[in-house]
Amino acid sequence: MEIPYTVKARPDTGLYNAKIGIWLFLASEVMLFGALFSSYILLRVGADPLSWPQGLLNIPIGTFNTAVLITSSVTVVLGWSALKMGNFAAYRKYQAVTVLCAAAFLVIKCLIEYPEKFGHYEVWKADGTRMTGHIEGNPFFLTHKKLQEGKIESIKFQPDKKHYNDKPPADAKGGAAKPSPVEIKTADIKRLSAFTPAHGTFFGIYFTLTALHGLHVLGGGIVIAYLWGPGAKLWKTDPERYANRVEVSGLFWHFVDLVWIFLFPVFYLL
Amino acid sequence: MSDAHSHDAIKKHRKIYLIVFFSLLAGTALTVGLYYVHFEKLSTTVTVALIVATIKASLVAAYFMHLSHERKAIYSTLLVTAFFFAAMMYLFIYARTDVPLETEFPASNYVPYSRTPAK
Repeated sequence: MEIPYTVKARPDTGLYNAKIGIWLFLASEVMLFGALFSSYILLRVGADPLSWPQGLLNIPIGTFNTAVLITSSVTVVLGWSALKMGNFAAYRKYQAVTVLCAAAFLVIKCLIEYPEKFGHYEVWKADGTRMTGHIEGNPFFLTHKKLQEGKIESIKFQPDKKHYNDKPPADAKGGAAKPSPVEIKTADIKRLSAFTPAHGTFFGIYFTLTALHGLHVLGGGIVIAYLWGPGAKLWKTDPERYANRVEVSGLFWHFVDLVWIFLFPVFYLL
Repeated sequence: MSDAHSHDAIKKHRKIYLIVFFSLLAGTALTVGLYYVHFEKLSTTVTVALIVATIKASLVAAYFMHLSHERKAIYSTLLVTAFFFAAMMYLFIYARTDVPLETEFPASNYVPYSRTPAK
């Protein structure tokens, strides 16, 4: 059985079916990300302004990843346009860059950014003091409970220059003073948490949204890589249909880029 | 295939794609640059950052996703989506004000490390 309107436009919509299909899917995606974004706004405006984590994400890495996604978006559309002009070799080059960008984005996110957070801590002391920093040996996912269970009596803690976006104390030269490492007794700790989803609402929603976005990057990257590799056989038999498939995968990819355009300032900069 | 997808139109659009690409990179640099300009009010920071993000997103949607010259069926779909999206945003944000009158939120009681007096 032949699938109708894979190339020719349907008379009522003026579009081939896959195109109207992807736009309906993207509409549902808008609602999915919109629900999570509005949850973020609600949590943000309802939080105590002083205790909302700020300035803890790596801005240079986030900026680089933004540039990576923007680059992948332009190579997708240039690849598709090369295909529409019959230049399959150019299409392949552009889409190879897209797949590499997708892989680079995920590697940076999963192997650099996330682990950076798993070894970065906040400690709540019994006297009410709170500080962020790193524990000697850079362990991941340590908690107060684990310290007690492991009978660890104290930790050597290197505090950050400032807590969240609080103004750091100045040194003699007027710059931010680097605090000396401190020994903190387990008995003096009220709570210890790495910057994982369990830390609080900010990291809860940060990991939910960025991981969901990361899954979209993974899914889109796999589809684009398939069309670039084994799926490219269709170009020889039905080039128009193949170009339409590339266009549909590209529309999804641009949506992924579009979501990141909002995620980046909201989490990293505000 | 629409006229916008004809051979000549595509050739012309390739230049636009590159202009949009560099505009998006410039927009990203601007967003990051504005982070280091400390506006007095948080609301100003949020508004400026979201305006820049919206302009960037509009460029992606209009040119990379070809929404500047699409069919009516797609515009209709997006119009309905925009309506429900706005309604959902409104309901979520409205929920913030859904507390009994004269509710007072407790003041922050935490002591940041950098404000702790040296012993």
